[in-house]
Amino acid sequence: MRAARTVALVVASLIAMVSLAGSLLPRFEYSRQDREHFSAGPSPDHWLGTDAVGRDRLARLLHGTRVSLSLAPAAAALSLLLAFVAGAAPGFAGGVSERVAKTIIDLVLSIPWLFLLLIVRAMLPLNTSPAASATITFLMLGLLGWGVPARILLARARRLRQSEFVLLARASGLPRWRLLLVHVMPNLLPVLVAQFWIAVPVFILAEANLSLLGLGVAEPLPSLGSLLRELETVLSIRGDVCSFGALIVLVVMVSSLQIAFVKHEVS
Amino acid sequence: MSLLKSIAYRLVILAATIVAGGLLSATLARYAPGFGADERQLDARLSSESIQAIRSASREERSMATYYARSLLRLARGDLGNSRSLQRPVRELLAERGAVTLRLVGAGLAIAWGFALLLVLASWTFHSEAVEKACAVGAGLLLCLPAGAMALLLILLNGPGYVALALVVFPKVHRYLSDLVGATARMSHIVTAKAKGISEVRILCWHVVPVIRREVLALAGVSVGLAISAAIPVEALCGIPGVGQLAWQSALARDIPVLIVVSLLVIAFTVMANSGADLLADERRQLS
Amino acid sequence: MRRALFRMCLLLLVLVSVGSCLDELRFYLGSDPKTFNPALVADDASETIRYLTGGVLLRLNRQTQQVEPELAAAWRVSKDGKTITFQLRNGVRFSDGTAFSAQDVKYTMDALMDPALHSPTGDAFRSGPGKLTSVVLTADRISLTFPAPVAGLEKLFDQVAIVSANSPKKEMAALGPFYVADYKPGAYITLRRNPNYWKHDDAGHPLPYLDGVKLEIQANHDIEMLKFSRNEIHLINSMDADYFDRIAQVAPGKVRDAGPSLDSEQMWFNQVPGAPIAAFKLEWFKSRNFRRAVSAAINRSDLCKVVYGGHAVPARGPVSPANKFWFDSQLPQARFDPSYALQLLREDGFRLTAGKLVDRGGHPVEFSIVTNAGNRTRERTATMIQADLRAIGIMVNVVTLDFPSLIQRISENFNYEAALLGMTNVELDPNAQMNVWLSSSDEHQWNPRQKTPATPWEAEIDRLMRAQASALDDKTRKKNFDRVQEIVAEQAPFLYLVNKNALVGVSPILQGVVPVAARPQTYWNIERIRFSAERASNGK
Repeated sequence: MRAARTVALVVASLIAMVSLAGSLLPRFEYSRQDREHFSAGPSPDHWLGTDAVGRDRLARLLHGTRVSLSLAPAAAALSLLLAFVAGAAPGFAGGVSERVAKTIIDLVLSIPWLFLLLIVRAMLPLNTSPAASATITFLMLGLLGWGVPARILLARARRLRQSEFVLLARASGLPRWRLLLVHVMPNLLPVLVAQFWIAVPVFILAEANLSLLGLGVAEPLPSLGSLLRELETVLSIRGDVCSFGALIVLVVMVSSLQIAFVKHEVS
Repeated sequence: MSLLKSIAYRLVILAATIVAGGLLSATLARYAPGFGADERQLDARLSSESIQAIRSASREERSMATYYARSLLRLARGDLGNSRSLQRPVRELLAERGAVTLRLVGAGLAIAWGFALLLVLASWTFHSEAVEKACAVGAGLLLCLPAGAMALLLILLNGPGYVALALVVFPKVHRYLSDLVGATARMSHIVTAKAKGISEVRILCWHVVPVIRREVLALAGVSVGLAISAAIPVEALCGIPGVGQLAWQSALARDIPVLIVVSLLVIAFTVMANSGADLLADERRQLS
Repeated sequence: MRRALFRMCLLLLVLVSVGSCLDELRFYLGSDPKTFNPALVADDASETIRYLTGGVLLRLNRQTQQVEPELAAAWRVSKDGKTITFQLRNGVRFSDGTAFSAQDVKYTMDALMDPALHSPTGDAFRSGPGKLTSVVLTADRISLTFPAPVAGLEKLFDQVAIVSANSPKKEMAALGPFYVADYKPGAYITLRRNPNYWKHDDAGHPLPYLDGVKLEIQANHDIEMLKFSRNEIHLINSMDADYFDRIAQVAPGKVRDAGPSLDSEQMWFNQVPGAPIAAFKLEWFKSRNFRRAVSAAINRSDLCKVVYGGHAVPARGPVSPANKFWFDSQLPQARFDPSYALQLLREDGFRLTAGKLVDRGGHPVEFSIVTNAGNRTRERTATMIQADLRAIGIMVNVVTLDFPSLIQRISENFNYEAALLGMTNVELDPNAQMNVWLSSSDEHQWNPRQKTPATPWEAEIDRLMRAQASALDDKTRKKNFDRVQEIVAEQAPFLYLVNKNALVGVSPILQGVVPVAARPQTYWNIERIRFSAERASNGK
């Protein structure tokens, strides 16, 4: 399977490099509207066709991939950091802190954060640049998306707390913080990695849905999520595969990285 | 006695969590922009007085703490209040829609878990990384598909809504289960069992499951919360008249009376599912 | 025993066959109706129920746009325009058998005009302070006297469904072609033909032709389109251009473009003094040259072509060309001319610097447009406007908001710069837009609730609107309202963009459907709609 990992890594790197390089080329301008050729299929001028207002699909795919793949992993990393602090640490500590953490996590999982996001939108100036609005959106996702991984990490940390090697380490006089960071953390890494690869596509999709609340990546800047939202209507089923470009890119990217980096979890 | 004490303690924490969660939800809804706004304000036929009356309709809810306290007292008497946007008693709305959502969530969870367990079992039995990777890719595809697209696919195929729900929950459940089982497979006692020639099924049932049960139960609790959250977009997109659709419509309309009750229900379900999972895990630990 | 069982099975078979042979029209409602009380109707779903079940004194023929007698066989409006006297039809009964009389009209109107009811239908009659006086002259004659003349009085009765004063079923006893037989919230409403409906066709057959109407509740347009394509529903009363073109590709006979609708899409700038926006921006928006420049920079033809697939026309003003009487054909076409736009801006001290427009104070011209999220055509419109204005150096940020947040911004805290929304015109008479044009009104979107008109042209519009409301002859009213439309074109408080076409779906097995621009576009003559003979062979 080493060959498979290598291929997966190469594919993922290619996608990242192509999206970065392509988005820098003036030929791939994502906002120019060719109003004579809107909703068109592939052509020499538009290799993947155009969207509903005549913008080049390939250009939007390249830029959208760059935006989403740079911000979504950052948001996922932030959420996992918070999940570690809110879940793993109290789970490992046990006692009152564990019970308090569980309660807080349960609340976080069940509160309708829609309204908090609306409040955030209301506090933002209306003339926020697309780049700034994209950053703020993914930041909010990172700050609010830690509930599920926190619960899982808490359970895992609790199990590890009761494991033999930890008991042995504690008996040896190792301080708790060192125990957590040096001995427990590596054992939580597989969970963190698995949750990371779940969080990335979830956040990419969630960002697109936040446009219903005035957040999300603002027009005309594209994101993978906003391109994927176009698939949510029966009108998108046109018979040309180009309209599914964003989905193909995302699936290939996420699958490649899972194959490349999640090998350690299975012997 | 310790079991009873544990249950009683958990019930108190549960109740306090639900009430606090309900207040937080209601407060967020109250202070979110758009509270008190009604699309009838844009109706050019209405006179100034009528528009003023529409604006004042939500006056009772402006002081959130007082309103919430009164709502809780009413709830204790069985009065769930009236929906401002749908002009109907909340109790009636929930009675009509509750069964729909329970069926959707129950069936969706059953399918998601069943499928996830089946794939994990297949991967365990065949010891094939290729199978594992194929499952990872499949789950990855489902994670990348927007809920709207999944719902659309089912509409095209005339499929039931709970399949869309299952497709949303499955990749998250499978991913974690697969990782859990894989990590446990490397433990020394499992290696020893395999070396001794014990059958795969016996190893799985007697040596793997007891080790991971707590986390599986935690995941089960979390998946209930996931399913309930996923029910909202699935019902809204597929036009299924359940509590999720009601919650979405009420959120958009800032219908505080409905939101308080629905929030309390969602919080109660999520917290009870997680607490139940924890309690089971604790009890097995104490017994073992 | 066996014989009884056999008879029962036969009966069941007959009942099932009869049931499946019922001429039941099926189409979707976008949401549950909020009320079955016709006086409180304010949403589309409730309006559909009211239209299909309510009996009215006078009906606006959606095709000819003329008022026709219904339950009132004749009527007369007094010279001062304050009193209307109706001669009612005799022998009419409600669906439950209760007799219809002038008492029911009095009961309905008295309830409707109760100010505490806050009825949109009732408020439309309110032309001045004071109460309605309703006098039952005889069992079949009634006079209604309003405190002030009501412009377009007859047409308003198209919205007044008469409720029984005596029936135990109250508003559920119907005088219209159908009555509500069953309602499953969130699922469907079943209407059945009113056995006591008074109308007959020319051959003397009782109307309606249909046995019933099943209204399924479904907000998802994709599902609606798929079900229509599969012949599971028979009508789509209004659809977007995308869906229209998709269905037309495979079944062109199933969709119809009825030409421009009464609705319009428009944009406006916030001119509220003290609004929480930058003072220099407020100065831009208050400038007539600025507004007209932005208008001239927007390519409306492209909007019609790209966003609406050619199923729209560029708008000239507040009235659509579909409104035959009130449309002012003398209004100039909206001009797309970016160089003219720049000329107007230069007159106000704006200049282009490195491709960006800046004002006298050196501020780059940048503003946001808010619109409602989830509306694909509006989002695309905003994106195209963004591109058009960038061509003249103006940066536009498109902000899509959920509806309550949007309403709060444009109606309460005025925390917005420009807004893009549509106007849904249910009524033809411009009096229905009174609250949009009066500067003191809540609906005077760009600067509502003014104590005194902020500009001379708004004062002039106030005067003209009041004049047309108190005039009794249509010629004078039209002259006044034409002048309002001219002022609006000159001053551009609203930038009217397009009048989208009325796009409908009609199953080929239906007969008698004549799509029109005014709502309800497809079933306005519901009593004369029937299934064709082909239906028997199709089994649908």
